[in-house]
Amino acid sequence: MSALLTADWFQLDTYYRKFDLYTMNWMMDEGLENMIVSGAPYGGPMAVVRDRKQFVQIKTTTKPVITIYNCSGNVISKILWNSGVLLHIGWSDGEQLLCIQESGDVLIYDMFGAYQKTFNMGQEVRDTKVCKAQLFPNPHGIGLAVITTTNRMFLVSNVSEPKARPVPDIPRANEPISCWCAVNSSFIVCRDKEIYKCQLGESRAILLRPEIKNPYTQILSIVASQNGKHIAFFTDSGFLWIGSSDLRNNYCELDTDYIKQPKEFMWCGSQAVAAHWDDTLCMYGTKGNSVAYPYDGPFHLIQEMDCIRIVSEMTHELVQKVPFVVEKIFRINSTAPGSYLVEASKQFQKRSHRADEYIRLVKPDLSAAVADCIDAAAFEFSPDVQKMLIRAAQFGKCFLMDPVITELYVKTCRWLRVLNAVRDPKVAIPLTSMQMRNLGERILLDRLIWRRLHCLAGHIASYLQLKDGRTRVLSHWACYKVTQPHLDNESAAREIGEKLRNVPGISYTTIAMKAAEKGRKALAIKILEYEAHSKLQVPLLLSLGEGPTALLKATASGDTDLVYVVLLHLKEKMGKHDFELTIRSFPLAHALYIKYCASHNREALRLVYVQEDDFQGQAATHICDAIEQTNPGSAEASLISARECYKKGKNELGASVCEDARKLCKQQSSLQETYGTSFVGLSLHDTVKKLLDQGEVRLADKLRSEYKMPDRRYWWLRILKLAEKSNWEELDKFSKSKKSPVGYEPFVDACLKYNKADEALKYLPRCRDEIKIKYYVKAGYYAEAAEVAYEQKDEAGLHFVQNKCPMQDFDNQAKISGLLEQLKIKK
Amino acid sequence: MRETKMSSHLAGGRLNVALLQETMRTELLNLLQQYSGPKVTIWDDWLAGPVGLVAQYSFLKDHEVNNMFLLKPGSLPNITVKHIIFISRPKLSLMDLVADYILSIRAKQTAPVEFHLFFVPRKSELCKVHLTNRGVVSNMTIEEFKCDIIPFESDVMSLELQNDFRENYIEGDTSCIYNAAQALRTIQQFYGIVPRVFGKGQAAKQVWDLLCRLNKEEQGSGNKGAPTSCIDQLLLLDRAVDFTSVMATQLTYEGLIDEIYRIKSGTATFPGQKFVGPDDPNPEETAREKKHVILNSSEELFAEIRDSDFTEIGAALSKKARIIKTQLDERHKDKSVQEIKHFVSRLPQLLANKQSLVTHTAIAEYIKEKTDSFDFHDKIQCEEDFLNCIDSEKICPYIEDLIAQKEPLTKVLRLICLQCATGSGLKPKILEYYKRELVQTYGLKTWLSICNLEKCGLLKTQQGTRQYTVLRKALHLTTDDSDANDKDKSYLSSKYTPLTVRLSEHIAKNKGWSGIQDVLGLLPGPTVDELQTLQPRMTRRHSGSSENSSSIENPRVVLVFFIGGCTYHEISVLRTISQQEDSVVEFVILTTKIINGTTFIESLMELD
Repeated sequence: MSALLTADWFQLDTYYRKFDLYTMNWMMDEGLENMIVSGAPYGGPMAVVRDRKQFVQIKTTTKPVITIYNCSGNVISKILWNSGVLLHIGWSDGEQLLCIQESGDVLIYDMFGAYQKTFNMGQEVRDTKVCKAQLFPNPHGIGLAVITTTNRMFLVSNVSEPKARPVPDIPRANEPISCWCAVNSSFIVCRDKEIYKCQLGESRAILLRPEIKNPYTQILSIVASQNGKHIAFFTDSGFLWIGSSDLRNNYCELDTDYIKQPKEFMWCGSQAVAAHWDDTLCMYGTKGNSVAYPYDGPFHLIQEMDCIRIVSEMTHELVQKVPFVVEKIFRINSTAPGSYLVEASKQFQKRSHRADEYIRLVKPDLSAAVADCIDAAAFEFSPDVQKMLIRAAQFGKCFLMDPVITELYVKTCRWLRVLNAVRDPKVAIPLTSMQMRNLGERILLDRLIWRRLHCLAGHIASYLQLKDGRTRVLSHWACYKVTQPHLDNESAAREIGEKLRNVPGISYTTIAMKAAEKGRKALAIKILEYEAHSKLQVPLLLSLGEGPTALLKATASGDTDLVYVVLLHLKEKMGKHDFELTIRSFPLAHALYIKYCASHNREALRLVYVQEDDFQGQAATHICDAIEQTNPGSAEASLISARECYKKGKNELGASVCEDARKLCKQQSSLQETYGTSFVGLSLHDTVKKLLDQGEVRLADKLRSEYKMPDRRYWWLRILKLAEKSNWEELDKFSKSKKSPVGYEPFVDACLKYNKADEALKYLPRCRDEIKIKYYVKAGYYAEAAEVAYEQKDEAGLHFVQNKCPMQDFDNQAKISGLLEQLKIKK
Repeated sequence: MRETKMSSHLAGGRLNVALLQETMRTELLNLLQQYSGPKVTIWDDWLAGPVGLVAQYSFLKDHEVNNMFLLKPGSLPNITVKHIIFISRPKLSLMDLVADYILSIRAKQTAPVEFHLFFVPRKSELCKVHLTNRGVVSNMTIEEFKCDIIPFESDVMSLELQNDFRENYIEGDTSCIYNAAQALRTIQQFYGIVPRVFGKGQAAKQVWDLLCRLNKEEQGSGNKGAPTSCIDQLLLLDRAVDFTSVMATQLTYEGLIDEIYRIKSGTATFPGQKFVGPDDPNPEETAREKKHVILNSSEELFAEIRDSDFTEIGAALSKKARIIKTQLDERHKDKSVQEIKHFVSRLPQLLANKQSLVTHTAIAEYIKEKTDSFDFHDKIQCEEDFLNCIDSEKICPYIEDLIAQKEPLTKVLRLICLQCATGSGLKPKILEYYKRELVQTYGLKTWLSICNLEKCGLLKTQQGTRQYTVLRKALHLTTDDSDANDKDKSYLSSKYTPLTVRLSEHIAKNKGWSGIQDVLGLLPGPTVDELQTLQPRMTRRHSGSSENSSSIENPRVVLVFFIGGCTYHEISVLRTISQQEDSVVEFVILTTKIINGTTFIESLMELD
């Protein structure tokens, strides 16, 4: 079998191999020969359009049609070109088709032919027209370089953030350019014999003087390698010059025997150059070796980072350098340990004892052999070869205990399975293992999503255990689903809901937004039902005009800020009546609206209360009004309104309080006139106090009885007032006027308040017995207090007095102690 | 702003509370460092204190914050630095101030100034819209400073919400529920999922439901948080379940400081007279100035006495004085060089202890003056009567006298509310009488305040059962002097133990509500009793570790979350339980705010 394996190998400097990927299904009615084929890197789709420079018999329509095929030649979509003169087509790294027009406008389509967006290269380009354009990979992404008809050059580093910048002109700019290429944000431009480097950001073009041994008059083609490190050009004397991209080092110069410009000219990896002349593919190694492959029909080359692909009418092939490990194992007469291991495994499967001999041969290098087999398997396209190598690795692994190898083994097997899945003709993404590594799992997933292969993407995401991979795939799927017009809202929403249930981190808002963009409002609303994040859900609902639903969600979220946002939005958008009716059914919203009104506008607040028949609330607003009013008349009016509200609300106490307040207000206003000092706003208590202040005892009496002010409080007021005025005689008289309803303790307190202990003494004997001791102590009559306690036979009382009496008061202390003794004896 | 260095008071608990502080401080730093060059911060008045507990002024100064101002109407300092940073809660009134300020600066100044606004704890669309309408949003960067939990102590954290109870129960604005749920999410991100959740009261249920909802929203969005559970149980308590404990005067040392001098963000302010030392260079100055004292457990003495009943403080202080004196006197004894060296190394600590002894003696003197007064005594007597259900069914003459003398309204309302809470409502006649009295004495505005108190259930009429009477017996809320000798005495700071504490204790002891189901029925609002599912990965690890660590030396951590605020008294009692030798539980307290009866009533009164 290993003899067969090297059958498709050929030798340049090292071994290269060329093998079939797919049989093409395409029908080239107009003949592949007359077509421009532009394939996206990383096994992406191919855009095919008729080459307008060639004369052909028009069979269908005069307008160009861009057909997009996948790598096995199945039509993905067709674009009928309606815009201006199409100059160049190519692909972005997001697998979007870039169509560069003469005017410098770049139209971007997705692979399904759906128009995405446009950018242009600036006014100067538009005015002077593009003459040549090229897309080139660079570290920032895919760049676009154009040369105008006036030989001005412009460059965009990354087509996803298009910003056209000019590069310096070459001297004698108006003379025609023979060939050029873009590399590392600079132009390498050839005019006849001269080669200029026009670097972005420099002021002048630099003339490069490479060492070219063979004479020539003009450079016909020039091309840079994908990594931008090498360059190859072809002179009109038929020589191919290969060297470093600064043109200082020449790797080789070889005679091709062709003297016309190659149809296609590109690097294969970074150690070989491929050229397409008529129906022949020529491969040149950097050390001067070459191989030619004649074809019996037209074909086209597609550049990849580590290989080239060849599409012809019937087949799709790949040419690449044979990876070193593969070479090591399968090279004829190889003595590499990997090679022996493969042999051992084969013998083992044949149940031959020679397996043991082979394994003994590799024993010292077994782990290297296993690793090589695993690595080699990764590079293989044929599942059979993969299996053979993996089996060998597995066999070798039995003799090892190396977790690193095991890890590598598992990982590689997993990746191989994914690679085989995407290389399947149905999917047709012929990725090499290197490309896959370069892309990464996330982008691979994206590429499947772009192809709408959601199911496969989902499986791969789960298989590779990608974090949030499934979430991403399913979100995209749902976004795609909502754009499909033939599905009715109900089933689309249901299907999405079912598929996405229990998938964490799905943003239903994004999906709904997509639906809304497509004008499917009803579907958007249905999908939003699934959204758990109210913060995202509510604004979209609002923008969809779903006010009540938004309010429902906002109130349910508990986030008051969100409720406010909805409230204010609705207040603006809805009629007043509708608005009030809407918020009514949401207690939280209603409460917040009331709060908002309360801090902004009392009138609006009152209206809400009126609407709600909330009489207590209404009354409260009226009372607030009354308190703020300085004019007694309007205060009275407000109080009447408040009273009426309370009556309606069956709050009798409230009504009577308001009525009292009104009456009081009226009286106060007349008092104000009589006495010339302000009364309005005072409480009844303070009004009476003020009257007593003025000496109007009778008036005070009148008010007191009118408002049923309790005797207790009135007496307190009188006592405190008299004490305040130091009217001790009056106080004494007052105490004797009738039996005090408050007792005589307040008299004591009042006297003490103004430090009149001697006055207090008048009232102390009349205090209630049970608190007499305390009051004597309070007034500082410790001896008397002690005596009272003694008379009452209150031992605890005596102790209390003893405690309270200051230690320095020796006389009293002694007396108290004496009484204590006596009391004890008595007992 | 406080100037203390690192936060020793946050360390040492079972829960690494310092982690919170550290994270938030780093976040603030990251936000500040986005803007190079000198900066000025303008603070929302309310935030300045709490955020100061996270990042001290000195810390901010080290990061090029040159100056700080408070966001107040009218006052417009002229600022010349390039970056002006507003740090504010998302409130419309504050946004107006921000906008006013920016507009006035723009009108006055030509030098380029960049404005930044940090929302605490989260951005608000409403405010952004408002700022846009005011035309100031265009050249201002808006950031979010997610500082929703303020660490106070190694076992106390607060959300520092203003008026949360009022908003929830009077205005129907459930912002505080949302904030509480978000805070719990933060807690769980830091300290792991709490496997067992209990709760009582309407707000508790709301917070729990919302938390579940938020968890669902965030499902699978990456942020998994701490892998192991540091907290074993969570108890959500709605303040409305227990008003009694708020209304009764706190009698612990820290509680009394708060009652009399109010502790704001861990700092209390006292008059200066008693702080004049014998060798003070200008005593008048000291006496006139207000003295700010930082109260946290980094001060050894305060940590020892803060939770004690005030009656024990005198003894504790004099004992401490003796110890310090002997320690300081050691220097006079004959000593080897080694011993002297040892002594000198301890000297700073000794002097600090001495200083704190001086400070706390002064504070204790202030408090003693107050507690020795007849007024105070009468008030406590009245409260005790209510708590013991004595005379709580009739008009209280003491309250009448207070009204007649027009004592401060809050003091009167507090007593009436206490009577109402302990009587499980007031008889309609009595309630009406009080209402009339209050309106007649304090004016019509009082009527609106009373309406508010009624709305949130602090004042109500009696209906049928006297829940408090049952609860008092069933949960041993009060102790008679006769049985004061049992072991409860050791942590009782007064004769009353808060209901909330009894519930927490029960949960901790019985790992559930079992046994007090019928009692729970007497309390308002639904009961929460849930299991939180751990992610499989976490369950394994947790159960693995708990197998060998469920022994006594590793007590269970119970997070008690007071929704609507809690008092220092409650904190003290819970802490004392944790500190008991045979304790199998360690309480960590999370609250929406630290309150006392007066501040609580004030927050519910009709605003001007």
